[in-house]
Formats: sequence, structure tokens, C-alpha cells
Amino acid sequence: MSKRRASVYWIGFAVIVTLLVLAPLVLPEFWRRFLTEILIWGLLAMSSDLLIGYTGMVSFGHSAFFGLGMYGAAAAILTVKPPNLWLALLYGLAGSAAVALFVAYFSTRLRDIYFAITTLIFSQIFYVIIFTWTEVTGGENGLSFSRPQLGIPGIYTTPFTSTTLHWFVLFFVVASYLILRRITQSPFGMVLQSIRENEARTRAIGYPVERYKMVAVMLSGLFAGLAGVLYAVQNRFAAPDFVYFLISGEVVIFNVMGGIGTLLGPILGAGFFLGLREFFSRLFPWLATTFNMPQIEHFPYLIPLGVIFILMVIFLPQGLLGFAKRWLNSS
Amino acid sequence: MDIPWDIIIIQTVNGLVSGMILALVASGLTLIFGIMDVVNFAHGELFMLGAYMGVVVLATTGSFWLALILAILIVALLGAAMQVVTLRPLLGRDPLNTILATFGVSLVLQNYALWQFGPVARKIQEPLSGQFSLFYLQYPWYRIVIALLSAAIIGGLYLFLKYGRYGIWIRATTQDRVMAQAMGIPVPWVHTGVFAIGAGMAAASGVLFGPLVGVNHAMGLDWVLKAFIVVVVGGMGNLGGSILAAIFISLLEAYASIWVSPSQAIIVSSVVLILTLLFRPTGLFVPTPK
Repeated sequence: MSKRRASVYWIGFAVIVTLLVLAPLVLPEFWRRFLTEILIWGLLAMSSDLLIGYTGMVSFGHSAFFGLGMYGAAAAILTVKPPNLWLALLYGLAGSAAVALFVAYFSTRLRDIYFAITTLIFSQIFYVIIFTWTEVTGGENGLSFSRPQLGIPGIYTTPFTSTTLHWFVLFFVVASYLILRRITQSPFGMVLQSIRENEARTRAIGYPVERYKMVAVMLSGLFAGLAGVLYAVQNRFAAPDFVYFLISGEVVIFNVMGGIGTLLGPILGAGFFLGLREFFSRLFPWLATTFNMPQIEHFPYLIPLGVIFILMVIFLPQGLLGFAKRWLNSS
Repeated sequence: MDIPWDIIIIQTVNGLVSGMILALVASGLTLIFGIMDVVNFAHGELFMLGAYMGVVVLATTGSFWLALILAILIVALLGAAMQVVTLRPLLGRDPLNTILATFGVSLVLQNYALWQFGPVARKIQEPLSGQFSLFYLQYPWYRIVIALLSAAIIGGLYLFLKYGRYGIWIRATTQDRVMAQAMGIPVPWVHTGVFAIGAGMAAASGVLFGPLVGVNHAMGLDWVLKAFIVVVVGGMGNLGGSILAAIFISLLEAYASIWVSPSQAIIVSSVVLILTLLFRPTGLFVPTPK
């Protein structure tokens, strides 16, 4: 990157982060929570971009890492008195790391769709375990708990407000972005990209491809677990629905919509998807009352979203950010 | 330990019956993958729509067999339309794109079914009500009929692929797409046709299976996962392997559910999948190429 482009990049980065820091001060309560949620889903999508975009492995099992992060946080909050935020973080990361180690060991021997299907099946195994092990996980109802306080227990704590929660989440998302960006630009990240481009050749050069893939899956799982912890802290529950593979599917949708291999794209994709979902979920009731067509009031808003997604897969495979980049470069 | 032979025999029959239905779903899936490298995530939704078509036609005409045939035809047409609209533009791209596109389709179809038919499960009346006694159970004949019908449909497919004029087109396209095109086979239409056949088979299994479980909008999800396991265990694109794998996995799950709850039995098949992938990545029933 040239010096000039680097400075443009960092100025843009600072502007966006400043806007995100200031946003909760002006947004009403609902949209403040909504923005925080976009950041969390964006972090989850960004974590899977390390696999999809940089290593060329499409994971359909990120819900397992995310869910284990949630349940790990829940375990720490429910068993340790008084509830400790940092312990929740630690437990959640440990939970997702354990699952990621397991998944990485088996799934990285496979390529392409076999990898995708294996990760999918793995996440389903964890879903079934969590769903049926009612004594520990609360089964279908999941676990709910009160939100731990911000600060260091015993020294200084303060309850979260929606604004400080937003800042807390924003801090982790920005830090994760910077770390992931550093990883993808490091020699390690370069090897991952060369695996994506030509796996056989990378192996021929002498890189232990399986080991690199395993580390990539584990790193990705760790950041997904972080997103799970943040989501658990924000929503004060852990539920098996979040381990179900539809969540993994949504994560892939975020990636494709935003643009894979860009790290920022998946966050944008999450915002785009969730924003559109919010829009359509209000549009149909509004249309129904305005044009007096009660039959469309409960029209499922996921249908137009699904159609938009299919169209984007066909016509915009590089995603919103990829498209914007190309458009900027060509004009 | 005392071996409960009666339970084992009952579960063997159960496993064979659900294995044949699973084979019907999975053979469509594997055929579609084999010929055009499409991983059809919406296959479970085609299964589900088939079952709903069965419900609708049965309610209007009262004939189960008519419902079965109409559901197959309607869903086959729908499958053909779906292939032309969403998958044809993706031809030649990475197969992963097809997972994404069909995932989108499954999202749309599932939500459509939820909207159109509501969240309450519908019931399809069994066309046969006879039973025979199997140890302490009154076992319904209908289940045996399902297994035989599924076997007949799969057998018909096999004969069609082996001897039918269009079947030969299909096999030729599977082996070498470019050469088939050069020989004058209309490859894009072969793709559409195969997708329609796969969709029709999914619909058939949906209608046949409907009386056993009740029809709801999410019924496809479990099946598509099981069918994926079967297709990978049997070897992607390998029809015979998929059928064997379907029976093998269903039997295993049936035996496992003697000891654990049926919802946990899927873990057993997942373990089979993982072991297969580790030791015989091209499929359990074919020799791994060296």
C-alpha cells in the first residue's frame, strides 16, 4: 500500500470509528441496540471471512463457535458469584476454542463442499447435544441470566447502560478487526491466501497446509466465540437456536452480501442484511394499512431478503464492498 | 446382557423403511450433484413442498395416489423452473455458489410454506390401514408399501439411466460435460431435466412419508441434513453408494434409538460420516483411488 493510500485508509478508519463511538449518543434506544447488534453479527461474519475469504474454506458451522461462546459466558455468569464479566469472556473463549480445536482437527482434512458439509454436520451435533442435555443447558428454553457489571469486581463496578454496552462491544469489534487485519497481512495470512489460490502448490513449496488450515479454523472460531460472548452479554440469554445451522447460513449470507476477503465487507453485509430485514418487517404491515390490503400484513419478510440474496449471488458475487471498490477504481 | 431380539427385529424393519425413503431423497441429491456439481440445499424444501402438495391435492380429490402423482409432477416442474432461474446462471462457477443460491431458495420456500399453510402440522391420511402383527406390535402394512414403492422408484430410475435414451444422455453428461455437448446432447436441458427428476423424487418421498410424521414447513431441514450425510458417506455423485449408505445409516440410527432418544441418534450417523471422511473420503462403498 502506498503512503498516500495508507493515510486515506487510516483517516477513513478514524472517521468511521468516531461516528460509531458518537452514534449511541444521538440514536434512540431501539436503534442504539440495533447498531450494537449489527456490530456483534458483523464480528461473527468477519471471523468467518478469515476462512471464506482468505483461506477459501466456506464454513457452514460458525453457529457452533458462536453458540459455545454464548453458553460459555452463561456458564461463568451462572456458576460464579458475583457474576464476573471477564470470567464470562474467558469461559466463552475457552468453550469456543475447545470446539474449534475439535472441528479444526477433523474438518481441515477436507476441501471445498466437503469442508462446508462437515462443518455443517459438526454444528448440528453440538446443536443436538445442547438441545437434548436439558439439565445442563436448559434444553429448548436455553439459559437466561442477569447481565454482569462492567469493571473489575471488588475494585470498581458499574452497571452497563446501552451506551456503555455499545462502547464495550465496539471496543472488541475494532480490536478484533485490527488483529484480524494484522493476521491477514502477516506472513501467516499470506500463506492462507496462497492456500486459497493454489493449495497443491503451497504444499509443494513445503508449507504444512493442514496445520495452517487448522490454526485458521481455530482463530476464526475464537473470534466467533468472542461474538457469542458479546451477544450473550447484550441479550442476557443463551439459546439453542443460536447453535442451529440457519445462523451459520446467515453468517455466510453476510459475507457474500458484503464482499468476502475484505474483513470490513462482512460487517457491512451484516448491517445491510439486518437493516433490510428491519425494513421489510415494517414495510408489509405499513403497506397493508396504507393500501388497505390486510392479506399482506403478515407476508414473510424473509422472502424478499432471500430473493435479494439469490440475485446478489448471481449478479454481484464480489459483494457490496467488492463492487464499490471496483466501481471506484474504474471511475 | 440379554439381547432383546424382538426389538432388534422391529428396529431392523423400521430402519429399512426409513432407509428406503432416505434413499429416495438422497438419490435425487446425489444425481444432481453428480451431473452438475450442484449441492442442492433446497432439496429438503422440495421434499416439504411435495408433502404439502400431497396434502392439498388429497384434500380436493380425496385420492392418495392421484395426490402422489400430481405432487411429483408439480414439484418437478417447480424444480425445473428453479434450476433455470437460479442455477443455470451459476454454471461453471465454484460449486460453493450453488450452495449459497440454493440456501437462498430454501429460505424463500420455507417462509412461503409457513405463510401459506401456517405453523400447524397437517396430516396426510394413510391410503392403507391394514396391519400385521410383529411380536407385540401391530405393524402397519403402509410402511412396507412405502419401502417397496421407494425401491420401485429408485429401480425405475436405475433402469432409465441404464437403458433409456435420455438416461444415456444423463450418464454421458455426468462423465464428460464438454464431450457430451460436442456430441449434440443439449447439456443445459439435461441439467434441467435431472433437477426436475431429483425434485420429483424428493416430492414423492415427501408425500409417502407425510402420513408417518405430519407435514410442516420445517420438516425439510432434518431430512436435508440426513440426506447430506448419506450422500457424503455414499460418495458424492455415486447413486448406488448413496442407496446403500441410506439403508446403512437408517439401520444404525434405528438400532441406536433403542438406547438413546431418536433425536440423539443423528449423532451416531454423524460419527459414521466423520469416520468415513477420515478413512474413505470418496465414499464408504467404493475403493479409495490411490
